[in-house]
Amino acid sequence: MTMFKNLAKKAFPKALWVYHCNTGACNGCDIEILNILTPYYDVERFGIKLVASPRHADAMLISGAVTRPTLPLVKKAYDAIPDPKLVFGVGSCATGGGCWFDTYNVTGGAHKAIKVDYYIPGCPPRPEAILFGVALALGIVDKKAAPVEMKQMEFPIDMYESNKQWEERNVIYQLLDN
Amino acid sequence: MVLKPGVVTLKYPFEPMPAPATFRGSPTWDHHKCVGCGACSNHCSARCILVRDVCQELRVMLYDGSRCTYCGRCAEICPEDAITITTEFELATEDTNDVTERMELFMLTCQRCGRCYDMENSNVIERLDLRGYRYDSLETRALIRTTTDQLDQNMLKKTENYQRPTKKG
Repeated sequence: MTMFKNLAKKAFPKALWVYHCNTGACNGCDIEILNILTPYYDVERFGIKLVASPRHADAMLISGAVTRPTLPLVKKAYDAIPDPKLVFGVGSCATGGGCWFDTYNVTGGAHKAIKVDYYIPGCPPRPEAILFGVALALGIVDKKAAPVEMKQMEFPIDMYESNKQWEERNVIYQLLDN
Repeated sequence: MVLKPGVVTLKYPFEPMPAPATFRGSPTWDHHKCVGCGACSNHCSARCILVRDVCQELRVMLYDGSRCTYCGRCAEICPEDAITITTEFELATEDTNDVTERMELFMLTCQRCGRCYDMENSNVIERLDLRGYRYDSLETRALIRTTTDQLDQNMLKKTENYQRPTKKG
């Protein structure tokens, strides 16, 4: 991934032009994407700008679980973006399929259609969360999310081990080797 | 006329910008409080909380944050208040495994029968549970059928009277 970051730093030093691709989203994520273009959040200070055609774009923002009718179109739009390209999956639907991950007419996440480089979970993600994802791709901030693992008890349990010894001591009949 | 122009733009990625306290971010479990009832799993709208019984004494709860809709239903329904909805929203990763949580629960068992609960198989799903059916199992979405070793002629004869679906029109 560090190699990819170096490549991203070299390839996108000044301006990242973004193509926004709605693949059957509920427009929640689309509104948040438009929100980060406003002066309050203002992604244009990073040189990020929405463009209408994938041929002009460096990166692709996908929102929505990829529905079956849009699947070939998403692949087509992805192929139209010149290399090197970045793909951001915005929202829970693009990340893992959302509530529709196993529905018959939904592919279930953008990663099933194309290769997604960065996922931004949230339903919808806050505008700050999208900014954070873009800043992560540009190498401005460090990643915060990490898998969490919790355990109520560590194995082997001492109590069980001691009980086992106690049981073994009190064997009445023992099979003797001949 | 603007006498004193100001700057409205946030300095967000360079300065922290915490979300308001009412914001629903990623949920977290408290493994000291959880009793492993699985209510969160039953009420999850995206079915991203899965329950796995590894053995009689060990229950593993998995949370897949990649498809979580952050509705907060799990925290609302939890009888022990073991789930808290944090205001954490900076979840962007390149790997969806980073937003997962895994919790191993140690379930106390009955000293006499060695099981967790009195298995009163009161409803159909619980009776199917014993045969290997998992309501939330995404890998095996159907009942795992136990077959006999050899073809049972009596069982085959019983199926002769079964109503077959007929084609209409």
